[in-house]
Amino acid sequence: MSVLVFAEVSEGKFKKNALEVVSYGKKLAEQLGTQLTAFTINAETPSELASYGADKIVTITNNALSSFDAKAIATVASQIAQKENSKVIIVDSSANGAYLAPIIAGQLAAGFASNVVELPISMEPFVVKRKAFSNKAFQHTEINTDIKIIGLAKNAFGVFETAGKGQEEAFSTELINTGVTTVSIQQATGKISIADAEIVVSGGRGLKGPEHWGLIEDLAAVLNAATACSKPVSDLGWRPHSEHVGQTGKPVASNLYIAIGVSGAIQHVAGINASKVKVVINTDPEAPFFKVADYGIVGDAFEVVPELIQKLQKFKTQNS
Amino acid sequence: MKILVCISHVPDTTSKINFTADNAAFDTNGVQYIINPYDEFVLAKAMHLKEGLGASITVINVGTAETEPSLRKAMAIGADDAIRINAAPKDGFFVAQQIAEIARTNTYDLIFAGRESIDYNGGMVPGVLATLLDYNFINACVGLEIENTTATAQREIDGGSETLQANFPLVIAGQKGLTEEKDLRIPNMRGIMMARKKTLAILEPIETGDKTGSKGFEKPQENAACKMVAADNIDGLIDLLHNEAKVI
Ligand SMILES: Cc1cc2nc3c(=O)[nH]c(=O)nc-3n(C[C@H](O)[C@H](O)[C@H](O)COP(=O)(O)OP(=O)(O)OC[C@H]3O[C@@H](n4cnc5c(N)ncnc54)[C@H](O)[C@@H]3O)c2cc1C
Repeated sequence: MSVLVFAEVSEGKFKKNALEVVSYGKKLAEQLGTQLTAFTINAETPSELASYGADKIVTITNNALSSFDAKAIATVASQIAQKENSKVIIVDSSANGAYLAPIIAGQLAAGFASNVVELPISMEPFVVKRKAFSNKAFQHTEINTDIKIIGLAKNAFGVFETAGKGQEEAFSTELINTGVTTVSIQQATGKISIADAEIVVSGGRGLKGPEHWGLIEDLAAVLNAATACSKPVSDLGWRPHSEHVGQTGKPVASNLYIAIGVSGAIQHVAGINASKVKVVINTDPEAPFFKVADYGIVGDAFEVVPELIQKLQKFKTQNS
Repeated sequence: MKILVCISHVPDTTSKINFTADNAAFDTNGVQYIINPYDEFVLAKAMHLKEGLGASITVINVGTAETEPSLRKAMAIGADDAIRINAAPKDGFFVAQQIAEIARTNTYDLIFAGRESIDYNGGMVPGVLATLLDYNFINACVGLEIENTTATAQREIDGGSETLQANFPLVIAGQKGLTEEKDLRIPNMRGIMMARKKTLAILEPIETGDKTGSKGFEKPQENAACKMVAADNIDGLIDLLHNEAKVI
């Protein structure tokens, strides 16, 4: 028996999500009294995973998998799960993870719980706590199939260093022809993505127009943060859709979320509530966002934010 | 082209989420229901394909009789007919199995679903469905062009997008971008009248085993009160974020 995790790389390097699923998988494996197997594709240094608890590291090196072919990778995952007799399979909640997990579930006829936020509440029966109703509640879900699949919510567990045995083993297999081919990848270069960012700076309609987004971008630049916006801002075409966060946009689970000129409508907050610390800057002391924020400033963004940028720059130079 | 659009019937986005006294079930008291917002984008895209290339559109929901207004609305928007599988859905896998059963007999070129539904957020129906049917599958789709039986699609990835190509039969899990907000469809009077005459077939579910079960719900902890910082005390804010919250 084993617990299996998929540790994804980006340009050969492990992403934080990957280290988080390995950390989580290790704790879960310990609770089950078994070992953790991690599998990874085209990683530069697979051995890194041993420091986060991987007992066995199954490495796949294959150029055909240099772009993300969900069905091919799901098939590989299913094969490894069978070979390793894995009873729990853990995948992260990145765009790729969310693509992969249901395919594995379908292939293995396995029960799948997405958006899981902590270690199982109980092992027998196997019950996990997951986010539901767009962050407005948690559901306790029992998975009762022999193989169980967990989609770990981003930034819910954290990354922990623990020694694992780290025994490496290469795995090769004939790839199936999956019928979906990648033609091109449009990666926003030089910009940190909302999914990967520790800090997200978000602007709402209170900023009055796209010409004022320099404020948001400058603040994001000092904090090494991603930029985001409310739905009307993207609907108005002030910012691209890819920046729309909230219940019907991208979910945010950053360490720090700074909302500027965003009223805090229920649909907006639902999507960003998983962020650990929320700061709000808004002229209206009655704005609903203050009810869910950790720190608030009642003030005009056009006065507060330039000063914040300047003082943060000073803070950064002093603390670096 | 034969299109199937999966429609989920969900609480309105402004709903207060409450549970029954024992926390065993969602409390539907006073809750308004809508077509899942993600599904509205895929339905509008299906309509767009129907008008541009010619297609028949069937909408499907796995649910009890209460979900019928959403199916009628989808037909008022322009779907040709509707199927309701008469069962309270147990989980996403169950829903996918029921829809797969229909698709095996009716065979569709293109099956659309929303990326996830905003109630249980499982995000599994489209992927499991495609796998059970052995159809091609594209998740988080934000752009789609069809030429003959080939789709060129954009899917959202972390920090960008990716262009993919796949042949029919194909399952697309969509979201905003696939259609713009301004192109979402609102039923008009004529559509509403016509929808009354369209077929809404009610079929019984197939037997399946349970893969997961709901064991109850809990609500998130109330947030501690927001700490207010004066607008002229930016140093104070930076200090709190650094020393107290430890996030910068
Ligand atoms: C089905 C559905 C789904 C939705 N999904 C989402 C979603 O995913 N994400 C989302 O964001 N919204 C979503 N919405 C929309 C949501 O209801 C709100 O309309 C939206 O979030 C409001 O955006 P906003 O805060 O930018 O604008 P507003 O509500 O107009 O708020 C602007 C705020 O800026 C403040 N302000 C004005 N001037 C200044 C200034 N100079 N300095 C500082 N503050 C200032 C104002 O006090 C106000 O609070 C959805 C709505 C529906 C119906």
